[in-house]
Amino acid sequence: MSDAPATAKSASDLTQPVGPEAARSDWALRLRVNSEYVAIPLLAIAIAAALFALFLLAIGKSPVDFVSYIWRGGFGTAFSFQNTLQRSAPLILTALAVAIPARIGLIMIGGEGALVLGGFAAAVLAIPMIGVLPPLVALPLMAAMAMIVGGFWVGVAGFLRYARGVNETISSLLLTYIGIAIMNFFVEGALRDLSNPNKPSTRPLGDAYMVGKIPGTDVHWGFAFGILLCILLYLLLERTTFGFAARVTGGNYRAALAQGLPVGKLIVACSCIAGACAGLAGFFEVAAIQGRANASLAAGYGFTGILVSFLARHNPLVIPPVAILFGGIVAAGGLIQRRMGLPDATVQVLEGLIFVVLLTSETLYGRFSIFKPPAARDRP
Amino acid sequence: MSDAILTVLIAMLGGAIRVSTPFMFVALGECLTEKSGRVNLGLEGTLVMGAMVAYAASYHTGSPWLGVLAAGVAGSALGAMHGSICGLPKVNDVAVGIAMMLFGVGLAFFFGKPYIQPTAPRLDSIPLGFWSDNVNLKSALQVNPLFFVGIVVALVLAWALRNTRWGLVVRTVGDSAPAARAMGISVNLVRLLTTTVGGFLAGVGGAFLSLSYPGSWNQGLSSGQGLMAVALVIFARWSPVRCVYAALLFGAAGAIGPSLQSIGVTQGYYFFNAAPYILTLIIMIATSSATHSARDMPGELSMAK
Repeated sequence: MSDAPATAKSASDLTQPVGPEAARSDWALRLRVNSEYVAIPLLAIAIAAALFALFLLAIGKSPVDFVSYIWRGGFGTAFSFQNTLQRSAPLILTALAVAIPARIGLIMIGGEGALVLGGFAAAVLAIPMIGVLPPLVALPLMAAMAMIVGGFWVGVAGFLRYARGVNETISSLLLTYIGIAIMNFFVEGALRDLSNPNKPSTRPLGDAYMVGKIPGTDVHWGFAFGILLCILLYLLLERTTFGFAARVTGGNYRAALAQGLPVGKLIVACSCIAGACAGLAGFFEVAAIQGRANASLAAGYGFTGILVSFLARHNPLVIPPVAILFGGIVAAGGLIQRRMGLPDATVQVLEGLIFVVLLTSETLYGRFSIFKPPAARDRP
Repeated sequence: MSDAILTVLIAMLGGAIRVSTPFMFVALGECLTEKSGRVNLGLEGTLVMGAMVAYAASYHTGSPWLGVLAAGVAGSALGAMHGSICGLPKVNDVAVGIAMMLFGVGLAFFFGKPYIQPTAPRLDSIPLGFWSDNVNLKSALQVNPLFFVGIVVALVLAWALRNTRWGLVVRTVGDSAPAARAMGISVNLVRLLTTTVGGFLAGVGGAFLSLSYPGSWNQGLSSGQGLMAVALVIFARWSPVRCVYAALLFGAAGAIGPSLQSIGVTQGYYFFNAAPYILTLIIMIATSSATHSARDMPGELSMAK
């Protein structure tokens, strides 16, 4: 920006002091402006929590009990917190599957389908390898397979968006239903493990092919890979020309076209990255939790991931803390169900309520002068 | 062999009529909402909510038609919620739709848990196959009155949109909000009303699911019908009458699997279950275009911009 012509600078820039003092006030200014993006989502969560408390009171349950069970079931002890971290791993990855397309201007909600198909593909690939290849070779192959299949699945929605103008929100959700149907088709048919009569599943991977825990914890490696991907994708979005081009496309599609950016490739690439993240979540669900592919893969992580990404304002670095919060709520779901006699959909109601209030809070941006730079305050 | 084909075709006819009804109601509701320039993706949640409320109301009152009414009221409430939130500046109607879908489904499962076991009185069908001796045809022509209600709603909606003052107001708001404002029309109020009425219709569609076909309440009742109906409106190019044709086509696609099962073909059950989704996707690919927006699309739709 240093070589930009002086005329391009706004009036407020010219009135700012120069030198180290400027750097300091610039930092304070950015803090002030950016704190709006923290304060408003927090306010939204607070309002949603208050509404949910009223809801619980209306049906004769205690909100205090609810909070204490969330704390006990999700965060209170080392055991429950590790369980929470474990549950947050797929949420981090499926939230990335929403966040990356969101930065290029797409509302992609096909994470659940990519998770299911990715996990299924990993399990299918593993079956002929059991006992043939060592786990250190087989597991990366399975993870790669899950990412390729997941990436392809969401990539299709991105490609259709660019090439045919098909609404990506609807098509990605349709692809989710199709993906779940494909898995059920095989799991209840050709690839069913006949020795397991209780639940249609693929053959088990066996202990050797299970992903282990992070040393010193009870948390599987999916969590670490989720954090790593958040950092890598943040750098990709914010520090590379690819990320810059993607954000330009998301900000103004026509300007990106006029600049000659490869819009189609960018859209498909972002969609594929998104699907690969969700596919990886499926791999970890199969290879670290379930041990086989079955209908339990469609547990709704892909849908909670949408909420996580929106709460994090599609910023990969903010996704992990938000995912941990919701991982805790999901982890405490069973305890709430048993101790308070509430249906299993309680968590879903809470999530839906937070989501609705959060999106409603979008209207508050720019309304509070406390977040505006001093020079802008007098303007209407 | 030809007997088997005939059986499948008759079963598909009956299936098309049965399966198409919820599609039809949701599509008509969405059609009205989109005509005013707003998209409500949350109708999947409204559909499930309508199914649950209808079943519960029918169980408690003993009258399935009161159940249908209750489902419509619940759908209106969800529609009004979507409509009023999207009336605020800077709020994205597609994203709110996703949130309302999750919220509606969550609420329906939450309150619907006690109603999975008991049996509620269902809507009676009209035996239109009385003239035939063919058992299959008789059962295929057991048509629910809601099917005809849906067709009447489509005709009234088509007429009203074209010929009444209200229809003109809705179309103007949908095609150009500035023009509507210049005429002194409250854009947000019109959209709130169309979304509310759209929610009512989607709720009634849900009532059909739980009170007629499949005719029970459980958590797997709807998987994407509400969403497919939204896609169907694009295919029907925002015409209520074409929404009916499109719903029948989707109903037939949805009936392939059960029809084949009726003659003992059980292979590929899950594939045929997926047929409506695949058909929706193919139709969306065929009718969309990268370079220009769809024909007859209301100009204010966020999908059009």
